[in-house]
Amino acid sequence: MKSRFIPLLMTFIVFAAMYLFAYSRFSSFGSMRIVGNLLRDNAYWGIAAIGMTFVIISGGIDLSVGSVIAFTGVFCALMIGRNGWDPIPTFIVMLTIGTFFGATMGMLIHYFKIPPFIATLSGLFLARGMAYVLSTESIRIDHPFYESVSKLVYIFPDKGRFTFVAGAFLLVLFIGIFVAHFTRFGRNVYAMGGNPDAALLLGVPTGRTTVMIYALSSFLATFAGIVLSLSKQSGDSTIAVGLELDVIAAVVIGGTLLTGGVGYVIGTFIAVMTLGTIQTYLTLDGSLTPWWIKIVIGVLLFGFVGLQKLLSSRQGLRLFSFGRDRKELQQSA
Amino acid sequence: MRFTKLSLVLLILLALVVPASYAQENENEDQGAGLTIGFSQIGSESAWRTSFTEAVIAEAAERGINLLFSDAQQSQENQIAAIRAWLAQGDVDAIILAPVIESGWDSVLQEAADMGVPVIIVDRNVNADESLYVTRVSSDFVHEGRLAAAWLVQETSGNCNVVELYGTVGSAAAEDRHTGFAEVIALFSNVQIIQSQTGNFVRTEGKQVMASILSSTDPSTICAVFAHNDDMAIGAIEAIKEAGLVPAVDILVVSVDAIPDIFDSMDAGETNATVELSPFMGGPAFDAVVAYLNGEELPKWIPVGGGLYTSRADYDADR
Repeated sequence: MKSRFIPLLMTFIVFAAMYLFAYSRFSSFGSMRIVGNLLRDNAYWGIAAIGMTFVIISGGIDLSVGSVIAFTGVFCALMIGRNGWDPIPTFIVMLTIGTFFGATMGMLIHYFKIPPFIATLSGLFLARGMAYVLSTESIRIDHPFYESVSKLVYIFPDKGRFTFVAGAFLLVLFIGIFVAHFTRFGRNVYAMGGNPDAALLLGVPTGRTTVMIYALSSFLATFAGIVLSLSKQSGDSTIAVGLELDVIAAVVIGGTLLTGGVGYVIGTFIAVMTLGTIQTYLTLDGSLTPWWIKIVIGVLLFGFVGLQKLLSSRQGLRLFSFGRDRKELQQSA
Repeated sequence: MRFTKLSLVLLILLALVVPASYAQENENEDQGAGLTIGFSQIGSESAWRTSFTEAVIAEAAERGINLLFSDAQQSQENQIAAIRAWLAQGDVDAIILAPVIESGWDSVLQEAADMGVPVIIVDRNVNADESLYVTRVSSDFVHEGRLAAAWLVQETSGNCNVVELYGTVGSAAAEDRHTGFAEVIALFSNVQIIQSQTGNFVRTEGKQVMASILSSTDPSTICAVFAHNDDMAIGAIEAIKEAGLVPAVDILVVSVDAIPDIFDSMDAGETNATVELSPFMGGPAFDAVVAYLNGEELPKWIPVGGGLYTSRADYDADR
């Protein structure tokens, strides 16, 4: 087995173990009701996490996603709910603003050599501040478009709901996998994360790629904000505070290397579902405090970072090589 | 003779005990024993919120209700996910929701209605169609303002210049407490608000605002401070002391909330009165669930009122 698949395998094992444990206590985990809920309740931050996966594979970080989601929600609610704009043009305007916002951060990072942490931290404050300036109260959206989207739902025989939002999440997932593994942009992202200097020497357009990575992340965060606005039919500037940290945690638990170069979009998806499963379990149990989810995230993060460290050391590689792949490992190491 | 006397005593005892035990059983049934109720709480951001949570959990335990408690950590998404999880599992008889913000509840309330699970809103309001929930149990802020004013009017025999420390402008708690207070003092021509400034429900801001008022206004013309919460009152007390005046004597202090700190201040003789913001909303909420399940018609708002207390002993006596 190739060592870069081991974190992904661990991600899947953790998910399967958690889900089976939850199922053993609450039979509804075997129903489409819970599956449908996991998809739609985690869609908004799952979409942002898919964008974050590209950023982290490239060796960067994007702290602005939570704020961008909040800003998007408030902007949509203000324009559609208060000013009577049509939803589709509003979404197009908002996605353009979001993409431009991310591209600007990418330019700061590449051309002005500002560390991604700082560039996107300023993005975090800027977007949150703008959200508060637009409105400090939660705004309701009453629009026939929102009504009809909320009626776009497939109801399973056991009353499970597969909503438009869940569908959008899966669509983003499939496009994300395709872009990561079957496009030149995807290959460039991996190359930059693996070794930026080598990538440059091999002719990877690092400037353009960096700008595109952060533009993509903000585009998806904006899309996540629109998805959240569709499912809540309101906008509020206080939402998603600190969400970027959950998103980063999910990407790492999904098997992406924080130092870049290695990672899978599908791993992030499985990690998002894992955290959603734990949250649902804690709710149904009703006696444990929900702060346990933070503890579980902490333990999982610790485990995955430790695993990565182990795998990147020569000894660790030998430990996991099981004899057959030793030759290949020696060549790559 | 002796036999008859004894049997008479026994008979009387029996007559007393039997109906009492029947009543006990009936009462338990009507209190919702055996029901499973999900309670989605905003979080644990303040001492008041924590005591509210504890009061609901204790009330449920006393009634034999199986309470599923979910702390949303200030996130509406977590609250919605919790409600959906309960609906998916399908074993809750009712849901009690303390919403973190007002809007964005329509679709999840509709899902609960579709599944036939009644929802009771507690504390803050929701901006959704009234038909989507059974009723709302919350404090009557207007009543709290009226109570504070009534006490002040009586204490001063209808002669008082009041400084009002306003809560966060636009919040229901602040606006309604002001309305209730103003309503009552309007009946007394010699009671008026001479200064009204916001301290945003915060202790340090209450102190700042009071200090600036004391420096700009002749303190001898100020008869009392009405603070929209205890925290601002405690801040104001510090400012009064720093100005060389005696709080609760030179300037009367009345506020709302009844947090533990205000009783420390009362013990020290620095506060006159506080109106309780009742954290005991669990009881009325459970009563509403039982009444709804019994097919009774309920009003859309059930106010819970706290009393006014002038000493720790009074407050403890009510517990």
